[in-house]
Amino acid sequence: MLAAFDNFPALLIWFPLIGGLVAFFIKDEHKVKSWALIASFLTMLLMCVSMVFSGNSYYQLNSVSYIWLPEMGSSFALMLDGMGRLLCLLTAISFPLIFIATNNKKLDNANMFYGLMLLTQCGLMGVFLAMDALVFYFFWELALIPVYFLASKWGGEKRMQAAFKFFIYTFAGSLFLLIGILYIYLKMPEPSFSLVAFYKANLTLADQQWLFWLFFVAFAIKMPIFPFHTWQPDAYEQSSTPVTMVLSGIMVKMGVLALIRWLIPIFPDVIKQFSPIVIGLSVVGMLYASFIAIAQDDIKRLVAYSSIAHIGLMCAAIFALNQTGVQGVMIQMFNHGINIIGMWIVVFLVEKQTGIRKISQLSGLALQAPVLAIMFVVIAFANIALPLTNAFIGEFLMFRGLYEYNVWFAAAAGLSIILSAVYTLNLVKNVFYGVPNDITKTFKDINFSESIVLTVIVAIILITGIYPTPLLGMVESSTNMIFNQFVGK
Amino acid sequence: MNAIILSAVWGIVMMYSGIFLKQQSTLKYIAIAGTLVLIIANWLEFAGILYIPIDTKGLSSNSTFGLLFNTIALVSTLVYFLLSGSDIEKVNHNTAEYFALIFFILSGVAIISAFQSLLMLFIGIEIISIPLYILAGSDKRNLKSNEASLKYFLMGAFSTGLMLMGIAFLYGATGTFSIAGLNAGLGEPTVLMSLGIVLLMVAMSFKASAAPFHFWTPDVYDGSPTVFTSFMATIVKSAVFIAFFRLFDGAFGKFHPQWQLMVAIITALTLIIGNITAVFQQSVKRMLSYSSIAQAGFMMLSLFALNNTAKEGLLLYVSAYSIATIGIFAILVKMKDYTFEGFNGLAKQEPLIALALTIFLLSLAGIPLTAGFFSKYFLLAAAIKTKTMFWLIIVAVVCAAISITYYFRIIQAVYFKESDEPVILPVSNNFKVMLLITAGMILLIGIKPSLLLSLLSL
Repeated sequence: MLAAFDNFPALLIWFPLIGGLVAFFIKDEHKVKSWALIASFLTMLLMCVSMVFSGNSYYQLNSVSYIWLPEMGSSFALMLDGMGRLLCLLTAISFPLIFIATNNKKLDNANMFYGLMLLTQCGLMGVFLAMDALVFYFFWELALIPVYFLASKWGGEKRMQAAFKFFIYTFAGSLFLLIGILYIYLKMPEPSFSLVAFYKANLTLADQQWLFWLFFVAFAIKMPIFPFHTWQPDAYEQSSTPVTMVLSGIMVKMGVLALIRWLIPIFPDVIKQFSPIVIGLSVVGMLYASFIAIAQDDIKRLVAYSSIAHIGLMCAAIFALNQTGVQGVMIQMFNHGINIIGMWIVVFLVEKQTGIRKISQLSGLALQAPVLAIMFVVIAFANIALPLTNAFIGEFLMFRGLYEYNVWFAAAAGLSIILSAVYTLNLVKNVFYGVPNDITKTFKDINFSESIVLTVIVAIILITGIYPTPLLGMVESSTNMIFNQFVGK
Repeated sequence: MNAIILSAVWGIVMMYSGIFLKQQSTLKYIAIAGTLVLIIANWLEFAGILYIPIDTKGLSSNSTFGLLFNTIALVSTLVYFLLSGSDIEKVNHNTAEYFALIFFILSGVAIISAFQSLLMLFIGIEIISIPLYILAGSDKRNLKSNEASLKYFLMGAFSTGLMLMGIAFLYGATGTFSIAGLNAGLGEPTVLMSLGIVLLMVAMSFKASAAPFHFWTPDVYDGSPTVFTSFMATIVKSAVFIAFFRLFDGAFGKFHPQWQLMVAIITALTLIIGNITAVFQQSVKRMLSYSSIAQAGFMMLSLFALNNTAKEGLLLYVSAYSIATIGIFAILVKMKDYTFEGFNGLAKQEPLIALALTIFLLSLAGIPLTAGFFSKYFLLAAAIKTKTMFWLIIVAVVCAAISITYYFRIIQAVYFKESDEPVILPVSNNFKVMLLITAGMILLIGIKPSLLLSLLSL
């Protein structure tokens, strides 16, 4: 299994896996930090190289299937398709950024921390690449284990309960997913776990009706969609910020990707029937989360709730079931990851110096740290999806998709844009503007490495905001495939 | 067949070596050698080489299924001796006798994995049970151990009575003790026969500690010396399940639709009671006894489904469960305090032991990449295949999710809590290496279950 190294998907899993395992044995804090950085950079480099070889003629390099459990009809199949490539790119870019941004913080048991972080990266890559239901399920669960340890070992006072709640929620969800997968598998004339076989499973309408919910609940918990979101604010608030970045920036995309790859094409006959319910839940969740975000005093919780709102929009746009919407979702997955990691980095930097996350106790940071303020304002604009930022194009497409589906849903969801402007701008105003108080008087501007990270993020925000065509081109094949083959018929 | 004779002989060898050997610690090595001999003998039998040919007159015969289970039970015993052998010496003075009793139990295990007649089943179960009553009470000066032994004995005798009555009814109805003869009977079950089946099911549920016949389990497991609890909860329990499955598959498979609902109810009750009660335990040992009830619930799914997948799943399940549980108990014996708090900060003091413990617990919880995942996977698949009573599968997965609560409580204590004093007695490096090898076995089966299952088709 995975014996060959001649293709990108296998290497993308091997790199972080080996990096993570080695990291456990490096006891020195500085050395392990450098090692983690090197390992994540190598993965990023590999990802960049794979972008060059992404055309159809390089199919051999981007798709692979190893023998794993032939008697059960499961093979270790991995593939870099358009959507997978985009999310792998996000994963590969995010980890070095997270590592650099949080490099200065002192950490107990650094070897464990970085080892687990890299193993998480390995698990995430596996989820995005898996083309076999059993492999997908394996990685889906495996990504959870290191994150559970990360979230319980480092973070706030109530971290253990929060992480445990998170674990139980997702684990229960994935067990339902397992039943669903097994049921479909056993229904086939020739049992197989491959994605293609799942697409051709030809389930009866009655079966699809309940299997849909088994799958949906598992994915909805991960994203999270209202009313399965209650683990999320606690987990985001209590985990240490680098872990929160992974959770909110990348891990929630597991759920979104799974909806597009593992739900819609498998149950094509019932999605039309259920989409009003799902969109309804998503829209309710968006508004609900936005209102709560306005009332938050803790920055971390505010960003957490804003993330629920953004993810809700993605889910709604997927179930609008038109090409525009899904295309928007795909590029928004990437953009949302970048933006929210940017937000968290700013939160992290503020908390690192002041030790405080309460909006009411912070003020006037812009005078003390103009560079940080400028960067943050750009990221905040991206969070509101202002034109010229990356999120604009994604949200525009998603809203257009939703509008095509139903005007009223689109209008209700549109309210969340206004609300997001309210809480984001409020955050900017209260924390960065005004007169510095006792706490913020001694605040120093960010150092060189931190400003580099933020510059990279701001650059990505602006470049993809002004010129999104490459991103759109990348996911076009995935969208076309899904719509021509399944929804269209 | 050879395993039956050899293990009985080796039990006697162990008894005499206790008289002649001055050094108590050598006994462990003789026992390990004995297990190795048994494994080889069993393996040869697998390959069709019998050096002690016996005509059993159809009372027992070896199927691949039974032989494979026997191998699993013997390998588990080997692991058990290697990990906990030196702790057996610490229970009381009669070390040689303990080892001898364990070998007698193994002989019983070999009988019930090969029985072809209800009489052999009965003899096998009794050969297993009687040494266990003694082992449960081996810590003579401990009141709890005495209580465990007595309780186990009374309950065991009671269920044995039920079993005999069931066998008598069946004999009355069909005029035969043989499994093949029972299966050959035609048509609907008569009243007498149904009574017999129900009584046998109740008796086997008693032995397998399935709810609502599980009340003796927590007290007995908790009161017995921990090393012997480990043996009882793993190898013996697995053997009983194999017998349970072979009996109901071989003799009453035809009436499966009639008794399926009854099994489903027992399964659901066992799962729910085992899992929910385990959540509220304060002592890890007691939690493990409830967890063994909960795991028994999952194993009951194989009886509910009664198809080939269930057969494979049961074998995988008993091996995954036995090995992981033996590992956990081996660590538990070394702990100073058996409460959950007693595990606080283990990871700081003994990182390797903590790692192995985590792998065992994850396997019991059924997380992918461990053997526990595939064992649950197979049994769920088997149950889904029956296409009836879907509620049972939902109960099973909800219970699997609940089980996370108590297994992860240990992981939380080990990794995320601190303790100033050493929580574990000094352990040798050999022990750590053995633990890691055992954990490696769990991972190996978890990645490639076919390593084990392909043997079934030999």
